[in-house]
Amino acid sequence: MDGAEIHGLFNYWMVIILMMIGFYTVVSRGNLVKKIVGLNIFQVSVFLLYISIGKVSGGTAPILTGEPEVFSNPLPHVLILTAIVVGVATTALGLALVVRIQNAYGTVEEDEIQELDDEMEFGTGESKEDGP
Amino acid sequence: MTMEFVINMSLFVFLGLTAFAILKLRALFAVVMLSSVFSLVSAGLFVLLDAVDVAFTEAAVGAGISTVLLLVTLSLTARREKAPHRAHAIPLAVVFLTGLALVYGTLDMPHFGDPNAPAQTHVAPKYINDTEREVGMPNIVTAVLASYRGFDTLGEVTVIFTAGIAVLLLLGASIREPDGVRIQTMDHHLVLRVVTKVLIGPILLFALYVQFHGDYGPGGGFQAGVIFAAAFIIYALVFGLENARRAVPGQAVRILLACGVLLYGGVGLISFLFGENYLNYSVLGATQVAGQHLGVLLVEFGVGLTVSAVMVSTFYAFAGQNPPISDEDW
Repeated sequence: MDGAEIHGLFNYWMVIILMMIGFYTVVSRGNLVKKIVGLNIFQVSVFLLYISIGKVSGGTAPILTGEPEVFSNPLPHVLILTAIVVGVATTALGLALVVRIQNAYGTVEEDEIQELDDEMEFGTGESKEDGP
Repeated sequence: MTMEFVINMSLFVFLGLTAFAILKLRALFAVVMLSSVFSLVSAGLFVLLDAVDVAFTEAAVGAGISTVLLLVTLSLTARREKAPHRAHAIPLAVVFLTGLALVYGTLDMPHFGDPNAPAQTHVAPKYINDTEREVGMPNIVTAVLASYRGFDTLGEVTVIFTAGIAVLLLLGASIREPDGVRIQTMDHHLVLRVVTKVLIGPILLFALYVQFHGDYGPGGGFQAGVIFAAAFIIYALVFGLENARRAVPGQAVRILLACGVLLYGGVGLISFLFGENYLNYSVLGATQVAGQHLGVLLVEFGVGLTVSAVMVSTFYAFAGQNPPISDEDW
């Protein structure tokens, strides 16, 4: 692996690191709000992957000025621009679900919700450890 | 190693550190603030990678609207995350293996910035070369968004519309105006009140500029819708939900929510009636370029309407929940 390769793949590796931090936040943390923030980190890292793929060396933003220029690829920009706004709409939906869970269970910690569910299904204190 | 690469690298390192802090911190208020920082830094990175429209959107959405929504959710749930008491080994192993597999996948990828990469050689040159002749607007991103890939964007707007409807269904559309619900406002803060009053006008004006200047520079319906909504949300935050509802009733916002999508779909139907393909705007004007301009303008306006209505009504739905944010608790 030489310098050019590291230089050329650096963005993708950083994207993967960010993506994995987001992924780890989602799977290892019990708080539902924290999970959604983790999901947002994951999402932004996917955006960065797409935009990195669209970048052309020496290119500029794809807005015509009448002069011959090298432009970066406009297509990933279009896809990601709309994805960001869709992302916030779905985040809002996730948060709305969190609020409803809080109203129903009185908590947003996954473990406690699971315990309450178990209690409701199997009665108090029994077979909590074994699970279904 | 060029200057650009150094900036690129340091922004990525910043993002990594912020993400790691988000993972480690248990005070959720700090987590939300850091996620706002994360969005802002990533917007800087988007500018560096030539995606100015994307940066614009990310700054308005990530650092603005989603932070507000997260904060409202915190006020309704818990401010601290409980200490996790479960094994870390399995999640860590899964994440590590996934990451390794992805890194292995990148080894075959074309290098960053390679002008001969497959992504750069298929449809992108067509958009870059033909936009001026076929659509006639300087901002290629807007041309692709609203004209070449108008179908895609209609789908995206419908997703946003659906998500907005789902939030309203989940949290109640607050048709019952708050009776006896004590909604605290921040209007006893003189500085906030004065600064907000000064800011709202320019924010709305800027949103209109972004909306109608999207053909020529970075901007368009998505960004404008979010900025427009931000002005109402800041008003509601400082002067209280009731005052905001009096200025812009929830009922009106819900009607606008549907109007935007209808306008978008309607423009497509009109081109149908002229005997052209759905969402082919060329027939709307005397010349092809004039038709495209009119079509893109209308479609982008529809996008802006729906996006801002979804954001405002989502905020109304969240902020209308009990208990309200109490000033002392923060």
